[in-house]
Amino acid sequence: MKHILLAAMTCIPLMAQADDAARTITTQGNKQGATACMACHGADGGGTAAAGFPRLAGLNAAYIARQLHDFRSGKRNNPLMQPIAKALSDTEIQQVAAYYAAMPAPAAAPAGGDPALLRKGEALATTGDWNHEIPACFQCHGPAGKGIEPDFPAITGQSAVYISNQIAAWKSGARANDPVGLMKSVATKLSADQVKAVSTYLANHPLTNGNQQ
Amino acid sequence: MKNTIATAMALALFAMSGMTAAASKTTTPEPVKAPVFTPPSEDSIPNDEFGQIVRQGKNIFDDTQHYAKQYVGNSLNCVNCHLASGRKPDSAPLWGAYVRYPAYRAKNKKVNTFEQRIQGCFKFSMNGKAPSADSPEMIALVTYSYWMANGAPVGAKLDGAGYKALPKPAIAPDFNRGKAIYAASCQICHGADGEGKKVDGKTIFPPLWGSESFNWGAGMHQINNAAAFIKANMPLSKGNTLTDQEAWDVATFVMSHERPQDPRFKGSLEETKKEFHNENCKYGETVNGKVLGGAH
Repeated sequence: MKHILLAAMTCIPLMAQADDAARTITTQGNKQGATACMACHGADGGGTAAAGFPRLAGLNAAYIARQLHDFRSGKRNNPLMQPIAKALSDTEIQQVAAYYAAMPAPAAAPAGGDPALLRKGEALATTGDWNHEIPACFQCHGPAGKGIEPDFPAITGQSAVYISNQIAAWKSGARANDPVGLMKSVATKLSADQVKAVSTYLANHPLTNGNQQ
Repeated sequence: MKNTIATAMALALFAMSGMTAAASKTTTPEPVKAPVFTPPSEDSIPNDEFGQIVRQGKNIFDDTQHYAKQYVGNSLNCVNCHLASGRKPDSAPLWGAYVRYPAYRAKNKKVNTFEQRIQGCFKFSMNGKAPSADSPEMIALVTYSYWMANGAPVGAKLDGAGYKALPKPAIAPDFNRGKAIYAASCQICHGADGEGKKVDGKTIFPPLWGSESFNWGAGMHQINNAAAFIKANMPLSKGNTLTDQEAWDVATFVMSHERPQDPRFKGSLEETKKEFHNENCKYGETVNGKVLGGAH
């Protein structure tokens, strides 16, 4: 009991400080050139669907941190995110990643879509298209697409615009920070119809929190 | 309709290959091409009592941990070695196996029925217990396999059946080269220590060695089999991107780790090795100062 109390007394203030620092960055920026995350990623971390800004709430911390490092180094090419990531310290990256990982995934209103298209998307997400050596999305991104730490992010509850943009980026080579080139391999095999179907389905799939071991 | 055409084509090809073989008796021998077969699509499983058992078989196949858990002794599901619910060519598809049984097997020096072959999978690959031939689980698995082989010629070695044998590599397979390939291409899914990955207690990426993997009696522990599987199917979605040499090297690395004992263990490692582990196998050998198969 004594130990628990001691641990609580020493750890909680530190954690709370990190949490406060992260909250400040996400709501106001870090005054060193990093603008407030929420301006694009929403106050609830849910992203801005129409603009293709992804949800961050509930994504696993290791994945978020790696993306920020990759934006900073240019390994993930993004003119909006690069200057922001460059203005963040290693510690701030860790803090922000942990902050968003702990945030509950917001419930988004279903965007809707043609039922036949949704069924086709569901088949890709759950079964894949093995005639073209395309595994099911959930085979790597985990059941219900909620992600597997550290390398496979949650994909359900991302907007159709974000998902289809990323697939297009892997296909063209504009995004190339996928480990083992797994997403490039899948993206190059997906037809335009399949991209539309799967991104519509994932955007409509009930949200689940990430952080899966 | 599509299936009918595919079946007709497969039969025609089979007939043609038969004719080639017959003709070659008098002329120059020509290599016989394996007939191509396309299994029926999943949405053509009939909505009747038969179809219900087919679906049950598919469920057991995809989620063995849940639907046949009393027979499983590790974290694996059938689908881990037979990708795409047992339909992917060069991944030991069910339609390729079903038409090849009963068959004589050197493994136990007997003619085995298809049921006995599946019992072997449970005993070795699943490190578990064999379901009896008349158990509901076995009936469902056989029914699913039969349905998937619908229209395939009985006895034919179909194109894509089993694992496509890889020629021996140019240089002897090497543990350390394999280790580097594993780190670069496999570890992301199967973990730094081959432990695989679970989500909510369910295996997503299968463990490749250790107590939760297949045992020393499983066909996959043989380096040639593993290399053939890896070459055609790994990393997932990137089949045939590793060179033959890389596939042999990484298979050698993976199969140089400890796994559950061979259920045919004779009480002595030497004896068991002599009888069952003569080829393509690290059982009973010393790797990094430890005798494999001896930690039991």
